[in-house]
Amino acid sequence: MKTRLTIISLAGGIALGCFAGLAHADPVDDTLEIDGQPMITRAPAPEGHPFDEVLSGWLFREAETRAVEADSFQNPGMLEVERAAEIWSTPEGTAGKSCETCHGDVSESMKGVGAHYPKWDKDANRPINIELQIDKCRTEQMGAEPYKFDAKDQKAMTALIKNQSLGEPMSVDLSQGDMQSWWDRGKDTYYTRTGQLNLSCSNCHEDSMGNMIRADHLSQGQVNGFPTYRLKQSALVSLHNRFRGCIRDTRAEFPKAFSDELMALEVYVTWRGTGLSVETPAVRQ
Amino acid sequence: MKTGSAFFLSGAMALAAVTFAGTANAADTAPNDVAFNEMQVSESLTGMPGDPAAGADAFKNRKLGNCLACHTTTAMESELFHGNVGPDLDGAGSRWTEAQLRAIVVDAKQVFGPDSRMPGFYSLHVGKNVAEKFHGKTILSAQDVENIVAFLVTLKDE
Ligand code: HEC
Ligand code: HEC
Ligand code: HEC
Repeated sequence: MKTRLTIISLAGGIALGCFAGLAHADPVDDTLEIDGQPMITRAPAPEGHPFDEVLSGWLFREAETRAVEADSFQNPGMLEVERAAEIWSTPEGTAGKSCETCHGDVSESMKGVGAHYPKWDKDANRPINIELQIDKCRTEQMGAEPYKFDAKDQKAMTALIKNQSLGEPMSVDLSQGDMQSWWDRGKDTYYTRTGQLNLSCSNCHEDSMGNMIRADHLSQGQVNGFPTYRLKQSALVSLHNRFRGCIRDTRAEFPKAFSDELMALEVYVTWRGTGLSVETPAVRQ
Repeated sequence: MKTGSAFFLSGAMALAAVTFAGTANAADTAPNDVAFNEMQVSESLTGMPGDPAAGADAFKNRKLGNCLACHTTTAMESELFHGNVGPDLDGAGSRWTEAQLRAIVVDAKQVFGPDSRMPGFYSLHVGKNVAEKFHGKTILSAQDVENIVAFLVTLKDE
């Protein structure tokens, strides 16, 4: 029997880079299996994509970090997924219902669901992601409060649902509702330079992909591992938190989580990763 | 300390260390008044020569130039974590004149064109939605720029 390890010391151990960091300037030539299940970490890009091939962020991480992700017994993010499985069956709110009351076994009802979000939501007349779908059920079906952005349970529940799509290739359906115009808007944001440093997402994740920026190996900035488990923070990190962090790093004001601007960005960036397996919870330094 | 990937630190310390356009030395050339002439800025921004040792410090300091975020150079070999978004700077002092190096540091887009990924370190031509605490402010002071230029000039070919 394997036992779980909580590997926090790794994060410190990796800080060796220096000039040696340059040796890792290319994504690794390696394949990822999580508990023996193969993941698609390289996929042919969809038409109209700036790259020929889309690459999972896993290929850009250090060997130790990659190994932790490949073994779900070592992946501390899985503890949060397990915790969320308990929340799944715990009644909350005025209706006295749990997620399980309506959806039954999460591994059956939610299989493959998270790989195809954001989805058009007719009621809201905008795309919603998994976090907002959970809130929708909490408020409309359970009589419970929506989660506060980045509440521990919000990240855990999102990870639980996405984890039911582990290995499934991501795609978004742009033919629903007004999805195409949200994609367009997200694309504009992606190529807009922000902040005092005057940099766009594309300046780092497209033009500089594979380069080192200080200690960080720049990936394509893909979303397929979110929420990710950050060893440095010993916590799950949500996608909108990551978006905001990247924007803040340009010394710009950052939009609110789930704002139209960041939802459009999620639609567009998810499309940029079309065909990559969901790896939630991926492990990052 | 900040966690996460913030590659340029922007905390209160950074603010204390930077001399802003608004409070800059009266003798300094203001960011919008810097005269570019054929991709060169010939005049010192402070009217004085810079200090190469202070320039080396500002070059590596994550709150100031943080030039190592994107550049390698043998002169900084003992420092951890050199990026390679931009070219290696060994020999930059031989490839470029002092006036050209000043132009590159002040506003690289005036030299390399609008698509350059190098930030303008003494320029108010910035991106959208600049964070409030950086409004109307440059990344470096005129003095920092002069010091860094004085350091770059020392990066000669063997
Ligand atoms: C009273 C029944 C009910 C409860 C309780 C409930 N849901 Fe739902 N859920 C629904 C219905 C109905 C839909 C489809 C309509 C919609 O989108 O709201 C749905 C849809 C979903 C979807 C989207 C499925 C897809 O195929 O896109 C997710 C994810 C989801 N629920 C998660 C949850 C979670 C997590 C909880 C517990 C916090 C929960 N639900 C509680 C009724 C419920
Ligand atoms: C100054 C450079 C820079 C800019 C600009 C930038 N990022 Fe990032 N981003 C990083 C770094 C560094 C990382 C961590 C290493 C990596 O995965 O590339 C990162 C990581 C990410 C990740 C997580 C990838 C993973 O596999 O864990 C996503 C998603 C992302 N960025 C999206 C964006 C978006 C969207 C924008 C524009 C709003 C953006 N970034 C702008 C530097 C940048
Ligand atoms: C975000 C990345 C980035 C940062 C930070 C950065 N640079 Fe650059 N730099 C570049 C790029 C990219 C180029 C290549 C020219 C171009 O296409 O913009 C460059 C070019 C240069 C050159 C000319 C290179 C040569 O030898 O031909 C010099 C000199 C230079 N930078 C100095 C600096 C100094 C000094 C700093 C810190 C004050 C700095 N850079 C910070 C990205 C950066």
